[in-house]
Amino acid sequence: MAPTPPASRPDSSARVVWRVLRSNPLSLGGFALIVLIGVVAAVVAIDPHLLIPYGPQQITGAYHARPSWAHPFGTDGNSFDVYSNVLLALPLDLGIGILIAGSALLGGGTLGLIAGFFDRPGTLGGALSVVIMRITDIFLSFPSLILALAITRALGLGVGPTVLAIGLTWWPYYVRLVRGEVLAVKGLPYVVAARASGVSEWRILARHVIRNVLEPVVVFFTLDIGTVLVTYSTIGFIGVASKYPSAQPEWGAMLAFYQSSGAINAYPWEVFAPGAAIFVTVFAFSLLGDGLRDILDPRTRRAFVRSSAGREPPAEVPATALPSGTVPPSAPANDLGAPA
Amino acid sequence: MGRNPSDLLIFIGKRLLQLIPVLVGVIVLTFFFTHLDLTNVCNEWYPHAGASTIHNCELTVNQPLANQFVQYFVNLLHGNWGTDVYGAAVYPQIAAALPATLELVLAALFLMVVIGIPLGVIAAQFSGRWADHLVRVFYLSGWATPTYLGAVIAAVFLGPLLGLPSGGEFSTKAVPFSQYTHMSVIDAMLAGSLPYTADAISHLILPAVVLAFINMGIATRMTRASMLEVLPLDYVRSARMKGLSEFWVLYKHALRNALITTTTVLGITAGGLLSGTVVVEEVFLWPGIGQYAYVSIGGGGSVPNFAGAIAVVIIFAIAVVAANLIADILYGVLDPRVDWR
Repeated sequence: MAPTPPASRPDSSARVVWRVLRSNPLSLGGFALIVLIGVVAAVVAIDPHLLIPYGPQQITGAYHARPSWAHPFGTDGNSFDVYSNVLLALPLDLGIGILIAGSALLGGGTLGLIAGFFDRPGTLGGALSVVIMRITDIFLSFPSLILALAITRALGLGVGPTVLAIGLTWWPYYVRLVRGEVLAVKGLPYVVAARASGVSEWRILARHVIRNVLEPVVVFFTLDIGTVLVTYSTIGFIGVASKYPSAQPEWGAMLAFYQSSGAINAYPWEVFAPGAAIFVTVFAFSLLGDGLRDILDPRTRRAFVRSSAGREPPAEVPATALPSGTVPPSAPANDLGAPA
Repeated sequence: MGRNPSDLLIFIGKRLLQLIPVLVGVIVLTFFFTHLDLTNVCNEWYPHAGASTIHNCELTVNQPLANQFVQYFVNLLHGNWGTDVYGAAVYPQIAAALPATLELVLAALFLMVVIGIPLGVIAAQFSGRWADHLVRVFYLSGWATPTYLGAVIAAVFLGPLLGLPSGGEFSTKAVPFSQYTHMSVIDAMLAGSLPYTADAISHLILPAVVLAFINMGIATRMTRASMLEVLPLDYVRSARMKGLSEFWVLYKHALRNALITTTTVLGITAGGLLSGTVVVEEVFLWPGIGQYAYVSIGGGGSVPNFAGAIAVVIIFAIAVVAANLIADILYGVLDPRVDWR
């Protein structure tokens, strides 16, 4: 094989991500923030005393103190340190976001793979995929917040039931996303070629389809962590998820407590600190995810490739999604992001 | 290809038929999920109720789930949506609360259209430059703002700052005209009272702005993406070559096509807007279905209302399905490539 010029070499996913980050200062900022938040969460989870001066329910003796060096976010009516509580809640809230979005990705993703890959009518898989998509459509009709609220109420109050409730409502979008991607990838020449050369269906699924579906799904997952966080803390705010003050604080519950105790006018820092914590965390994930989505949305991708690479679009973009060497340079641009 | 007016009826009829299984599925799922934990459900839903209520609940719960469901479904079709803990029927309460929410959601949708769509055009026009980044920061901060934080800040700080009221539909508790539609602005207009109309609008602004700000990203992002798709096309280029002004090219020629895709936003935002009303209406004391949901679910330590909560979940799902239907039909009408038959 003749040495290919560097310009047409297919990019790895990591390289595409890096190019997005470089071309989009907002995404880069989001990425940096996520790294920072992750490090802080890890430190708090491993050894809270490194960053947190007070326990969650430790009486400090200062009531409704203004923010100061001793109490960066002030203290509340119980004289608990707000900064310590906000930081202690970080691993829980972040963990819940990753846990719920992650299990939705695994569960919904698997169903989407089945519905997209084995959808030949008249087979068992075909029937199964019809059933999966019908049920998914029904689930997609619910605003997930309200269904999660009702389920939480039926299961019982607390963190565990709330996580379960949101998890039960969260997976359907992943089914639709993954199925759309699988349907798009399935018709590509390299899959047809693999099938023609006798590669087994399972092997095609594992080695060719999943690998190429992964990228857009992971990007959506990034954005989704923030959405889960907002939903969870909203349920916390409504007062069905968790209570505050508690040994394991949670941002939504903190905000609900401070707001209902009428603190916002007199002691605004009490309401702002947990609110700002949610905002910054979700904002970080959104900044990163929003930039990355530009390359996955078929409508924006062309513009993105034009502006950031300065080259003609068709040859390059599909190549980012395909394993090197399997694609002729003239492969048609497919619509990766278009759900069928 | 069928695009006669008579074919449109077939198009709409088909969509309506497809809805029936979805709606039945919605009711089945809601019922099943709210009855997940059979051992605990009575104590969970009637924590403060007397022994007789709990006993009645347990009598129902001890029947097979299928029987309970059939009973519930038949009652639902007959307009008997159950009663709250005080014995009041749920259905009239919901019917009275629904219009107020519709008014709020439509006002938010209006703001999303008049602010969000031009922002999307600007972002596409200056794609990759600072104006684009600024628009992104704007809609992503809406996305990242928890609804309750936005609502509380608007109610406590923005309201007094701008002199806007932040509670209820009118400044006075009792209004001197009958509320036919239960939509504050329209009722005041029907009564022909200018001061009350102005009062109703000023009460509507803050909650609608919060709701719109939080959901702005969907409209802006969709417009931006469709504009980026349309802008490099030949017909836009030739419009430019004809010497049309940039404004005319963008907003007349390009946006017109881009907006066809943006109508699908209606379906996507319905869920977000409705979820938003649960907290926004509670904070702004808006007497709509969101506040009803908040109270029914036991929000803020209120006495939960089992029948009401189930009904609200079903109503919200029906609203999302209806919004998707409208978006679907609108898309079919606007895009000449869609075959109606």
